[in-house]
Amino acid sequence: MTYLAKPKLHHPSLAKNRVGYTRRDYEGRVSTLCAGCGHDSISAAIIQACWELDIEPHRVAKLSGIGCSSKTPDYFLGNSHGFNTVHGRMPSVLTGAYLANRELIYLGVSGDGDSASIGLGQFAHVLRRGVNMTYLVENNGVYGLTKGQFSATADKGSKSKKGQTNNDAPIDLVTLALVMGATFVARSFSGDKTQLVPLIRAALAHPGAAVIDVLSPCIAFNNHSGSTKSYDYVREHNEAVNRLDFFPQREEITADYGAGELIEVRQHDGSLVRLRKLHADYDPTDRIRAMSYVQEHAARGEVVTGLLYVDGEACDLHEQLGTVETPLNTLGAAELCPGSAALEKINASLR
Amino acid sequence: MQKIEAVNDFVVKFANINGSGSASANELFARAILRMGVPVSPRNIFPSNIQGLPTWFEVRVTEHGYLGRRGGVDMMVAMNPQTWDQDVREIDPGGYLFYDSSKPLPRAKFRDDIHVLGMPLTEICNDHYSDSRQRQLFKNIIYVGALTTLLDIDPAEIERLFSEQYQGKEKLFDSNVQALNLGREFARAHLKPIALKVERRDRVGDRIFVDGNTAAALGCVYGGASVCAWYPITPSSSVAEAFQRFAQKLRIDPATGARRYSIVQAEDELASIGMVIGAGWNGARAFTATSGPGISLMSEFIGLAYFAEIPAVLINVQRGGPSTGMPTRTQQADVLACAYASHGDTKHVLLFPEDPYECFEMSAQALDLAERLQTPVFVMTDLDIGMNQRLCRPFAWDDQREYDRGKVMTREALDAGADFGRYLDVDGDGIPFRTYPGTHPTKGGYFTRGTTKNAYAGYSEVGADYIYNMQRLRQKFETAKSLVPMPVLTAARYPARFAAIFYGSTGPAMQEAIDALAEQGIYINALRVRAFPFQNEIADFIASHSKVFVLEQNFDGQLTTLLVNEAGVNPASLIPVLHYDGTPITARFITQEIAERVSRLNVRPLREHMVA
Repeated sequence: MTYLAKPKLHHPSLAKNRVGYTRRDYEGRVSTLCAGCGHDSISAAIIQACWELDIEPHRVAKLSGIGCSSKTPDYFLGNSHGFNTVHGRMPSVLTGAYLANRELIYLGVSGDGDSASIGLGQFAHVLRRGVNMTYLVENNGVYGLTKGQFSATADKGSKSKKGQTNNDAPIDLVTLALVMGATFVARSFSGDKTQLVPLIRAALAHPGAAVIDVLSPCIAFNNHSGSTKSYDYVREHNEAVNRLDFFPQREEITADYGAGELIEVRQHDGSLVRLRKLHADYDPTDRIRAMSYVQEHAARGEVVTGLLYVDGEACDLHEQLGTVETPLNTLGAAELCPGSAALEKINASLR
Repeated sequence: MQKIEAVNDFVVKFANINGSGSASANELFARAILRMGVPVSPRNIFPSNIQGLPTWFEVRVTEHGYLGRRGGVDMMVAMNPQTWDQDVREIDPGGYLFYDSSKPLPRAKFRDDIHVLGMPLTEICNDHYSDSRQRQLFKNIIYVGALTTLLDIDPAEIERLFSEQYQGKEKLFDSNVQALNLGREFARAHLKPIALKVERRDRVGDRIFVDGNTAAALGCVYGGASVCAWYPITPSSSVAEAFQRFAQKLRIDPATGARRYSIVQAEDELASIGMVIGAGWNGARAFTATSGPGISLMSEFIGLAYFAEIPAVLINVQRGGPSTGMPTRTQQADVLACAYASHGDTKHVLLFPEDPYECFEMSAQALDLAERLQTPVFVMTDLDIGMNQRLCRPFAWDDQREYDRGKVMTREALDAGADFGRYLDVDGDGIPFRTYPGTHPTKGGYFTRGTTKNAYAGYSEVGADYIYNMQRLRQKFETAKSLVPMPVLTAARYPARFAAIFYGSTGPAMQEAIDALAEQGIYINALRVRAFPFQNEIADFIASHSKVFVLEQNFDGQLTTLLVNEAGVNPASLIPVLHYDGTPITARFITQEIAERVSRLNVRPLREHMVA
C-alpha cells in the first residue's frame, strides 16, 4: 500500500464524460492492498468502465462480503454507497437492496473464498433468481487476509507458497454460473485491461445476473511457480475466445472491424454486445456448449477467457415478481397502507 | 354415576389422524358455537408430520371469555384408534366419550366412570358413499352433525357457515348439509342426551376470530413492509403465506396491476435475513418470519444489523427448543437468544404480543421502531398465538397515522450544508442520521461495514472511536425504553404483597388465574411486560412487592434472568413459575402453582377478603 495521499484538486484539463465527471471522480480511497495486487487493477478497470459508461457514481451501489477482494469497494466510486456485509452473504444483501430500489446499478464484489467456499450457496441462489447486478469475483485461489490457505478454486495439484499440494477438486465458478442460470457469464484476467474493461461495461449494462470471474493473482501468497493462479501461469494458459465491444443503446456503432467473424447480441434494452471471434467454433449464445467448451479446455490446463455466454432475452427478478416500476423504497403510506375501510372489511370476514 | 353438567363452559377434545380433513370440520364446530354468541378458544395440537400421525383439536367453550387453555377434557371425540387408550384416560370423571362404534371394542377398552356414546360412523359412511375420499371427509361432517344434536348447537348456524364457504357451489353445499343431517338424525334416534349444553348468548360482541400469524402478516401490510424474505419453518411459515395472500389483494397498483411488494422465499434463514437487511439499508421496510432454529442461523447477520445500524423486523413464532426441539409445540424459549443475539456486546428490542390483536399492532409498530431506532426489532410471538384462532379485539387503524421513517437525511439537507456523520449522535438520543443510497451525487455517500468505525463511518480501530460508538449504542437502547409499549398492570382488588409478571401468550391463562386465585382469597397484582428494554416502571413494580412470581413458558426462566440482568432487580424477590412441556400454559397450572407457593411462604388469608 502507499502512504501518499491522493491530491484532492483535479487538473482542469481532465476529460469529462457525458454526465460531467472526470475519471478521477470515480476513484475511492487509497488502496490498502499489497503493491502489485491484481485486485487493484480490477478496481482501476471498474473506474474506467463506469466513467466510459457515463454512469453517475452515486447511482451505483457496491456491495461486498469479507476478504481482500471485499475491501476493494472502498477504493473506487468514493461517492457511492457501499456495504461491506458478512462473509459469503453479500448476494442476499444485494438481493434485498435490489428489491428495495430497482433503479440503482448494483455491483457485487467478492472473492473466491467469499463466493466459492463460505458463500457457495448464496452465489448459486442469487444467480437462479436473476437479480440484475454485476457480480465480480476477484479470484486468486488463496486466502490472502489469513495468509495463504488454499481456497476452493485452487486447482488440484497446485502448490501453496509453503509447498503444500492441494488435493481437493476445484470449484469452477464460471461453470457453476452457467448451470445456475446467470444470463451473462465471462472470465477475464486482472492483467488484461483491454479485455476486462469492455466486459465490465457490458456486464453493468446487462439487464440480468452478470458474473465475471476475474483471475487476479495474489502477489503475496499465490504468485510462485507451481501455482495455477500466478501471473505467469495465467498468461501462458490464457485462451481468449473472443474480443468484446459493448455499445449502450444510444451510441452509434462506428467501430471499424477488420477480418474475423463478428457476433452481435442485441439485449432487450436495446444495447448491443459485439464480439469478435478469436475461436471460430465458439458461440457465446449457446449455454450448453459453453459449459462443455470451458470444461474441455480446463481438462487441457487452459483457462478460457472472454464473454462465454450472454442471453439477449434475460429477464430479471423484478420482472418475474411483477413489482411496480417505482422503487419500493419511495412508496409511502398512501401507496402501502390499505386504510381503515379495508381493515373493517377484513374484520367482518373474521367473525 | 356422576355426570358432568355444564352450560357454555366445557372442553371438547377431538382426537384425529392428520391429513384426514378433520381440521376444517372441527373448526366448523367451533365457529358454530361462536356464531351463537358464546366465546370459544380452540387449539390445534399437531405433530410435525403431513399424514397419518395423531392430531388433536381442543375446543374450550367459555361463556366467561377465558381464552387460555383450561386443562382437562369433558368430552372426547375419539376418532383415532392409535391414541385410544391415552384419549380415554384423559377424560375427566363423569365426562363423555364419543366414538366410532363400527368395530366392537372389548369392555376393557372403556372406563366405568365416563359416559360412552357410540356411533357406527364408518358403517354409516360406507352405506351412503362409495368414494373413499368422500367417506373420509363426510365422516367428519357426520360426527359434527351428531355433536350439534347432543350439545344443542343450532344447525342453522352450521348451514350458514356452509353457505358462506360454498358460495356458488350448490352441490357441495347440499352434500354437506345432507351429511350434517345424517349425523343429527342418528344422534336423535340412538344417542342418550348428555348434560353439556350450548345456549345462545351475546358474549362475542364485535370481536374477531383469527390466528396470530395472519394478524402479524396483516400488521406488516398495514405497517408498510414492501419486502418480505423468508424460509419455511414451523410454526412461522403461515406469516409469509398470509402476507402474500393479503398483499395480492391490498397492494396492487390499480393503474397497472403491478405489485407494491416483493416476496422472496430464500434458500435459508441466512439469506432471508440478509435480504431484509439489504432492503432496510436501501430504505424499504422489510421483515422476515422465523422460529428458534432460524434465529440461531441469523445471528451473525443480526449482529451486523445492530452494529451497522440497519432497520430489520423479525417475527419470531417461538416453538419448543433447544435444537430442532418440539417443532409443533409452543414455548417462550428464545427470549435470551433474541435479546442478546450475535457475538460481542449486543442488545435487541423485543416486543411480546399476547394475542392476534397485538400481533397486528406490534408488527406494524415494529416497522416504525426499526426505522426510528435503526436496529433489528423482534416480535416475540409463539405457536400458541400464531397457529391457533383466537377471539380478540377487531383490528384498528387510524387513517391519520403516518409511518415513522426515522432520521433520514435528504438531498436538500445535504445541499444546505448539514454535517452528515453516519454514526454521529447529533440529538443526544444516540440515534444518528442515515442517507439512502443514491441520495446525492457528491455528499452523503458512506461505506457501511460491520467493522468498527468513527462517527463519520470511516474504518477505525482507535479505542476512543470504539468507545464513543458503543456508548452511543447504549444511549440508543435507553431511548428505546421510551418508544416501546408500556407494561400493562392488572391491580388486585385489595392491596397485595404478592405480584406476578407475565408476558406473551401467557396472558389469557393468567387473567383467568387471577380470578381463580382471588376466589381462594389470594390477591396479586399482575404486570404484563410487553417489551424489552424494560422501562423503569417494571423495576419499580418489582421493588414494591415482597415476592414476584414470574410466569414463563420455558425451562430456564429466561425473562427472570433478563430482569435480573437488565432491570437491576433483587433476584431474591423473583420466583419463577415455569411451564415447559410444550403445551400452552393453563389457568389451572398457574392457580395451583401460585397457591402452593403462597401457602409455602406461610401467608394465608386470616379472614375472607383479607389481604394475602
